[in-house]
Amino acid sequence: MVNQLSDPRKEAGAKTILEVRHLTKTYGDLTVVKDINFAVPSGSTCAIVGPSGSGKTTLLGLCAGLDQPSEGNVFLDGTDIGALDENGRARERAENIGFVFQSFQLIPTLTALENVMVPMELRGKGGASTATKARELLERVGLGGRLAHYPSQLSGGEQQRTALARAFINQPKILFADEPTGNLDTETGRLVIDNLFALNASFGTTLVIVTHDSELAGRTGRVIRLKAGVIVPDT
Amino acid sequence: MIEVIQHLFRPWTWRMCWRDCRTNRGRLLLFSLSIVLGVAALAAIGSLGVNLNRAVEEQAKTLLGADLSISSRQSFSTNEERLFTQLGGEQARQIAFNSMVYFPSGDGTRLAQVRALSGGFPFYGRFETEPASAVEEFEKGLGALVEENLLIQFDAKPGGIVRIGRLSVPIAGALRKVPGESAALALISPRVYLPMKDVPATELLGKGTLARYTVFFKFPVGTDVGKLVKSIESQLDKFRLSSETVEKRKQDLGRAMENLYHFLNLAGLIALLLGGIGVAGAIHTHVKQKLPTAAILRCLGAPVSQTFAVYLAQGIALGLAGAILGALLGAIIQSALPQALKSFIPFDFEFRISWLAVGRAGAIGFCTCLLFALLPLLAIRRVSPLAALRVAWEPARAARDPLRWLVVGILFVAFFAFGLGQERDWRMALGFAGALGFVFATLAGTAVLLMRLVRKLVLPGLPFVFRQGLAGLHRPNNRTNLLIFSLGIGTFLLTSIAFIEHMLAGDMLISTGSGQANAILFDIQRGQLSGVSNLVAGLQLPVLDELPLVNMRISSIKGRDVESLLADKESHIPSWPLRREYRSTYTDHLRDAEHVIAGQWIGRTTNSDNVPISVEEDIAKDLRVGVGDKIVFDVQGLPITTRVASLRKIDWRRMEPNFFMLFPAGVLEEAPAMDVLVTRVTTSAQSAQLQRAMVKAFPNVSVIDLTMIVQTLDAIVNKVFFVIRFMALFTVLTGILVLISALVTGHFQRVRESVLLRTLGASSGQVFGILLVEYLSLGVVAALTGVILALGGAWALGQFVFHVHFAPEAAPIVLAFVIVPLLTGGVGLFMSRRILRYPPLELLRAEAG
Repeated sequence: MVNQLSDPRKEAGAKTILEVRHLTKTYGDLTVVKDINFAVPSGSTCAIVGPSGSGKTTLLGLCAGLDQPSEGNVFLDGTDIGALDENGRARERAENIGFVFQSFQLIPTLTALENVMVPMELRGKGGASTATKARELLERVGLGGRLAHYPSQLSGGEQQRTALARAFINQPKILFADEPTGNLDTETGRLVIDNLFALNASFGTTLVIVTHDSELAGRTGRVIRLKAGVIVPDT
Repeated sequence: MIEVIQHLFRPWTWRMCWRDCRTNRGRLLLFSLSIVLGVAALAAIGSLGVNLNRAVEEQAKTLLGADLSISSRQSFSTNEERLFTQLGGEQARQIAFNSMVYFPSGDGTRLAQVRALSGGFPFYGRFETEPASAVEEFEKGLGALVEENLLIQFDAKPGGIVRIGRLSVPIAGALRKVPGESAALALISPRVYLPMKDVPATELLGKGTLARYTVFFKFPVGTDVGKLVKSIESQLDKFRLSSETVEKRKQDLGRAMENLYHFLNLAGLIALLLGGIGVAGAIHTHVKQKLPTAAILRCLGAPVSQTFAVYLAQGIALGLAGAILGALLGAIIQSALPQALKSFIPFDFEFRISWLAVGRAGAIGFCTCLLFALLPLLAIRRVSPLAALRVAWEPARAARDPLRWLVVGILFVAFFAFGLGQERDWRMALGFAGALGFVFATLAGTAVLLMRLVRKLVLPGLPFVFRQGLAGLHRPNNRTNLLIFSLGIGTFLLTSIAFIEHMLAGDMLISTGSGQANAILFDIQRGQLSGVSNLVAGLQLPVLDELPLVNMRISSIKGRDVESLLADKESHIPSWPLRREYRSTYTDHLRDAEHVIAGQWIGRTTNSDNVPISVEEDIAKDLRVGVGDKIVFDVQGLPITTRVASLRKIDWRRMEPNFFMLFPAGVLEEAPAMDVLVTRVTTSAQSAQLQRAMVKAFPNVSVIDLTMIVQTLDAIVNKVFFVIRFMALFTVLTGILVLISALVTGHFQRVRESVLLRTLGASSGQVFGILLVEYLSLGVVAALTGVILALGGAWALGQFVFHVHFAPEAAPIVLAFVIVPLLTGGVGLFMSRRILRYPPLELLRAEAG
C-alpha cells in the first residue's frame, strides 16, 4: 500500500513516540481522513503537508488527542489515546504534548508570562520556580522585556514566540504545530521557526508540523503528504 | 460534579477565574446588578416580616386592649351577665352602632361608628389623641373622642360640639389611634367614642337598632385565658356570643400580616426571577466570548471539570457580588417599606434590620443567580479542544444537554417550593410556578417565532438598512430572546396592573352609574317612614325604593338546631352564618340586581307554616342548603318555618340594599321592623343637604352616601395599588437594568460588524438606522407580547377572581407601544454611540484590548 509506511522503529532503532494505525475520521457522510498509518520516532521532526481540505488539521487533532477517531488507533508513547476518556486525554496533553497554533491562541486576559506558566499551573506546579522557568524561556525567544504585556500589546511574531515558550515549558515529549507561520510575514515566520527548531533541539522534543510552507517542511526530517484524506507517496 | 467541587477548592481555579475576567470585571459587575434589586426587595420584605412578627408578639395584648372580649348583637341577658360575673376580672363595656354625627360648626354630617364606652378599656395600650389629655377628659365623662379625619373634614376642633342623635356633646379631642386597629379602617368607618352614660340621651338605641355589645375583661396575671374560654365554650355557643382572645387576635393578625408579607415576597421574587434571566442572558454572551479561552485551556491539558470550575467560579463570584450588593441595598431601603404600608399595619413598631432576613434574601439571590448562570455556563463543558484549531467549530447543541434540563427542573422545583412556602397550598404553588412557566414559555416561544419569521421573510424590496436591521433579529449573536424576555415581562407586569386598576375602578363606576340608587336611609322607625319619605320628596329627590327590615336568626337547618351544628365539627358549616343576625326583607317582586338561578321565586304566600323563601347562592353554599331544604328562623322570639323555594344570584357590585334571605309578602308584615328608603343624589351639595335635614328632623335615621363610600374605597384601592406599584418598581427597575446589561453585551457583539460596515463605507446614519430598526422591532414585539399576556391575565383575573367584566383600556396599550420601543431604541443607541462617533480603527483597537 502506498500509505503503509515501514516501521520507523525498525528503520532507526529509535523509540516510537507516535504511532497511527488505520486511522479514519468521518463526520456524517464525509470521510475526512481514511486509513492512515504512520509512525514517528522519538526526537525526530516531521511535517504533514497537503492542500487545503486534505485533512491535515483533522489528522493533527486526532494525533494530539483533541478528537476521537472513527476507526483505528493513535498510540502516544505506547498509550492508545483513543481508548482514554476525555480526562485521560487531557492528562496526556498536560503531561506529554505541546501545541503551537496558527492563530497563536494565547489567553487574551493573561500576560505573556502568565500564558507561559499555564501548562505547569494546570499540573499543579505553579509558583516561583515555574515563573523563573517561564521567564527564562521568554528570554530565550527574545521576549525578556515583554513579560507583563498582554497578547493584544504584542505583535503577531511576539505572540507566536510566547506560544512557543508556552509549548515548551512542560518539556513535552511531542509538540504539534499547526501552520505556525501561517499568520506571519516571511521574515517573522523565519524567526519563529528558528526559535522553534532551537527549542526543539534543546529539549529533544519530537516535532510534528502541519504546514503549507515547503521551506519549513524541508527543514523537517520527514514529510507526510496528504491528499483527500489519504497519504500520498513522494513523487 | 465531585471533580468540579474539588477544583473549586484549588487556588489556581480562583486565580485563573480572577485573571480571566481582567477585562470584563466591570461588565460582570453590571451583570450582577440584574439581581441586586430582586435581592434588595426580598431582604427588605423579609426584614419587614420579621419586624411585623416581633411587633405582633411584643404588642400582643395591646392588639385587643384586653385579655378577652365577648360580644353580641343584642344587649346582654341576665344569664349572660351572670356568666360574666362568674368570669370575674376587671371589666369594661362597649356598645357600638352606626349613626349620623353632626358638626354644627361646619354644618356637616357623616355616618360614623359610635362606640359608647365604660370602664377602663383599653386595659393594655392607650388611645392616641390630640391633645393627649383628651383621654383623661373622656374617662371623666366630659366629652367625646372624635376621629381626627372627621374633625378635619368638617373643620371642627377639640372644645367644639358634636351632635349624635339627640345628644350634643363637647369634643374632648381628636382620636388618632385605637389599639389594634389600622388607619385604613378609620377611612371606611370613622370612630366616635362616647361616654356610656351619654347613650340614653342620644335616643338612638331603640328596639331593632343594629348595635354590637361587648364586654372586655382583664384577668389577673397568670390566668390561662385560652383554658378559661374553652371552659365556657358551650355557654358561648348557647348564647351565640362571640369571643376574642389575645391569642386569637394575634393569629388573625399574624395571618393577615403573613398574607401581606407573602404578596410582597412574590413581587420581590418576580423581580429576582427577571434579574436571573438577565444574568443568564449576560452570562450566555460572556461564555460565548470565553469559549476560545476554554478551548485553549482544554488543549493545554485542563480537564473539562477544571475548565468548567474556572467559569463556575466566575458565576459564583458574580452571584455573591449581586447577593451582597442586593442585601446591603435591601438593608438600606427596607426602612421605606413600613412607610409605604403604614395604613395597613394596625400597630406602631420600631423597625430594626433583620440580618437573618437579609442573609436569607442574599442566599436566595445567590442560588437564583447561580442556577440561572449555570444554564449558559454548562456550554463550557461542551467545548472541545478542537475549537482552538478550528475557528468554525460549533459546540454541541444545548437542547440535548441533560444537565441543562436538570437545572431547568431544579429552577422549576425551587420556584414551586418558594410558592409553597408562601401559599402553603400545593395547588396555588403549582399555579404560581405554572403561570410563571407559561409566561416564560410564551415569551421564549414568541422570540423563537419572531426569529423564524424574520429569517423566512425574504423582503428584497426593503431598503438595505431595514434588511440589515431585521436580520439582526435572527443572525448569530442576536439578543432577541433576552430582550423579548426582559422587556416582555416588564410590559406584562405594568400593563396588567394598569388593566386591573381600570377594571376595578370601572366596576365601581358602573355600580353607581346613572339612574341607580346612591343614597340609602336606614334605621327608619315604623312611624317615621312617611315623614322621611316626605322630607326626601321635599328636597326634590326621588324615592326609588322602600324596604322593611326584619331582624332574625337561624334556629335550625334541615331539622338540626344551630347549637348542635355549631358543636358538630363535621358539619363543615362555618360558624358566622349560623350565629349572625339576618336583616331580611319581604317583597312581592325581585329587584334588578338579583335573579333566580335555581327553584322558583314565589312573591306572595298565605302559608305561614311553610314559608317559601329565596336564599342568596353563596350563603346557601355556606349553610349547605338547596332548594326544598327547611330552615327555621327565630324572628325576635317567634319561630317561622321556611323552605328554600329558590336560590338567587345578586350583583353585589350594585351598591343597593341586598339580602341573603328574601321572604315573600304576606308573612312578616306584622313583625317588628325598621324601614330603609333608597334615593339618588346628584351632587355632593344635595347629599349634604339631605344628611343635614335628616339629622335635624330624624336623628336616629342614618344616611349612607354611596358616592362617598365609593370614594373611600377608591382611596383604599389606591393605597393597595400604591403598594403594588411600589413593588412593581423593583421589577421595572430590574427590567431596565437587564435591558442595559443586554444592550451592553449586545454592543460588544455588534461593534465588530458595525465597524466592518463602516470600513466598507457605510455612513454613521446607515449604521444608526440598522441598529434603530433592530431595537425598535424588538421593542414593538416585546410590547405586543407583554400586552397580549397582560390582556389574557387581566381577563382571567376579572373572570375568575374579581368576577368583573373586563373591557381593556386603550391608554396602557398605547403607552406600552410608545414607551417600550422608545426605551429600547433610546438605551440601545445611547449604548452604541461610540460606534457612530469614533473612527473604525480606533474602536477595533479598543475592543481588542
